[in-house]
Amino acid sequence: MLKFFRGKKGSQLFGLLGPGALWMLLFFNLPILIVLFISFVERGRAGGIKLPPEYTLGNYAQFFNACTSQFSGPACDSFLYLGIFGSSVRIGFIVTLWCIVLGYPLAYFISRQKQIWRDALMILVIIPFWTNFLVRTYALKQVLATEGLLNSFLMNLNLINQPLDLLFNEFAVVVGLIYGYLPFAILPMYASIEKFDHTLMEAAADLGAPPWRSFLRVMLPMTMPGVVAALVLVFVPVVGAFITPDIMGGGKVEMIGTLINRQFGVARNWPFGSAMSLILMLLVLIGVIYYFRSSTEETRRAM
Amino acid sequence: MANEFAVEMQDVLKQFITPEGGVLAAVNHVTMQIKDGEFFSLLGPSGCGKTTSLRMIAGFELPTDGKIFIRGKEMSQVPAFQRPVNTVFQQYALFPHMTVEQNIGFGLEMKGVLRAERSKRVSEALEMVRLPGMEMRKPKQLSGGQQQRIALARALINKPEVLLLDEPLGALDLKLRKEMQLELKTLQREVGITFIYVTHDQEEALTMSDRIAVMSKGLALQIGLPEEIYERPANKFVADFIGETNFLDGVVRGQNGATVEIDLPGSGTVHVESSRTFANGQPVSVAVRPEKLSLNTEVKDGNNLKGRVEEVIYIGTDTHYGVRFAGSHKARVREQNVTQGHKEIAKTGDEATVSFTRTSPRILTE
Repeated sequence: MLKFFRGKKGSQLFGLLGPGALWMLLFFNLPILIVLFISFVERGRAGGIKLPPEYTLGNYAQFFNACTSQFSGPACDSFLYLGIFGSSVRIGFIVTLWCIVLGYPLAYFISRQKQIWRDALMILVIIPFWTNFLVRTYALKQVLATEGLLNSFLMNLNLINQPLDLLFNEFAVVVGLIYGYLPFAILPMYASIEKFDHTLMEAAADLGAPPWRSFLRVMLPMTMPGVVAALVLVFVPVVGAFITPDIMGGGKVEMIGTLINRQFGVARNWPFGSAMSLILMLLVLIGVIYYFRSSTEETRRAM
Repeated sequence: MANEFAVEMQDVLKQFITPEGGVLAAVNHVTMQIKDGEFFSLLGPSGCGKTTSLRMIAGFELPTDGKIFIRGKEMSQVPAFQRPVNTVFQQYALFPHMTVEQNIGFGLEMKGVLRAERSKRVSEALEMVRLPGMEMRKPKQLSGGQQQRIALARALINKPEVLLLDEPLGALDLKLRKEMQLELKTLQREVGITFIYVTHDQEEALTMSDRIAVMSKGLALQIGLPEEIYERPANKFVADFIGETNFLDGVVRGQNGATVEIDLPGSGTVHVESSRTFANGQPVSVAVRPEKLSLNTEVKDGNNLKGRVEEVIYIGTDTHYGVRFAGSHKARVREQNVTQGHKEIAKTGDEATVSFTRTSPRILTE
């Protein structure tokens, strides 16, 4: 890094780095500092923060023990927020696992097609990005609704007598999240798999490896950077998701994202929302560090 | 089937669908028998079907029709991982994420050989290819020639019935290639394993092989000893592909026992010995190698054709003379530079006589 800067003209450096650095400083670093500040102060009576600020660790304490809140009643559950956080992580793992399990074979299939088909199929994978995320999620809601497409279809076929409860539960949230994040899993895995030299699978077979062993010993390890990238790209946003659980869960499925969202909305508890945001960010950071440790130098450069 | 053959291909056909939707026979009803312990080469230009044949023996491609036997057992539809053969790939196909030891030990690992035994045999294999102590390297840390040897060790450690080599020396520079040719040949004699070697380099095939199959457009045109292929090519393609050949087109004018009289329109008449019988008036081609011609040294009872020297090319070991005869015929004469310096027998523009014995040429009809 330092070597890169050495010998560059000051004006050149400023011209190239200046605009981006300024943007990040104003709209990324500064807001985070503000969030950090808010997370350590008392909330105001009508929302916002108490002025002049009174410093406290209470917002963090509340996350780890819900009963420390001044509003908690006698029947409070200490692990309320930790529980929601835990179920967010659980949903994150389920969704990530499904995205990888569904995405890997698909990415493999696409990579084995002729160039023209590969391009066409990859465009099909990317097309959902051209539609608003909200619109897509509402569309999926129509499919799963009590009188929705899927239930009507199954009823008409006389496979079921009464509509299935497909919406407003964790199942719906998981389906919605898989639907929304599958392309994020396919893209990095495709990038890895496409570069994979298939002759290596022939070499493994030639040396007596049945197809599944060739896959586990050769193809999977060599495409692992793509899998790890998919894992991070899906897991991190899914754990913090709030639109999908809101729409698909109908307020019945609580995730850390919906919780944070509520603190800045109806609950008007900015300091607690800020504290939870930072805890979530810490998790993201751990995920990213894991990703950079796992992926090899060359794949990182290629991506 | 007969057990003396390491590999037998019976009327093997392999068809591919072309991008245009047509059907292409990459290997067109090929039959060949490869003997046990033989160094057998599949030789031909790219697209001749040699690599497809090898891939069918390895099991990477399955024949459309016909049968493939390995050691007498039919293997036509058996998947690659169940065949007793191993392959050295053109670009080596070493596993980049594994060490040299893991690469070479992969076949043994698949067979369930325990780690201790495996690492002992890997170091023996490394000795064999003269790269001892390389166990912990990654393929990327090795030179092309070293990777080549690792690929060889990885295949040979499994003691295959047949070793398949797909242009394994193609990526090496000339000098290293020549060294490896001799090394491979020596190694093959030592281990006694049947080698099937795919190459487009005719010199390489002649140097290394016990027998050669010359392929073109999916057909095995001629299968024989290197000497047979060179001295008695079956047709014009083989004569032209292996070494250099002058083709003098003419018409048979008569045959007296083994001697065939052939008229080369405008250039003269030649007499050639042949065991075959030709019809009068049959169009033929007299194929004769440049080194079997001599310039301005008449051969008694041979053929002496007058022509004009068009070019003289000095190439160190030899001097080549391009001679044009009165008809449309041309010939290239190769004279070895036996003595010090450039022995110029004739200069460009000189009249000269090209001579050859009656037994030197082959009469080719196709």
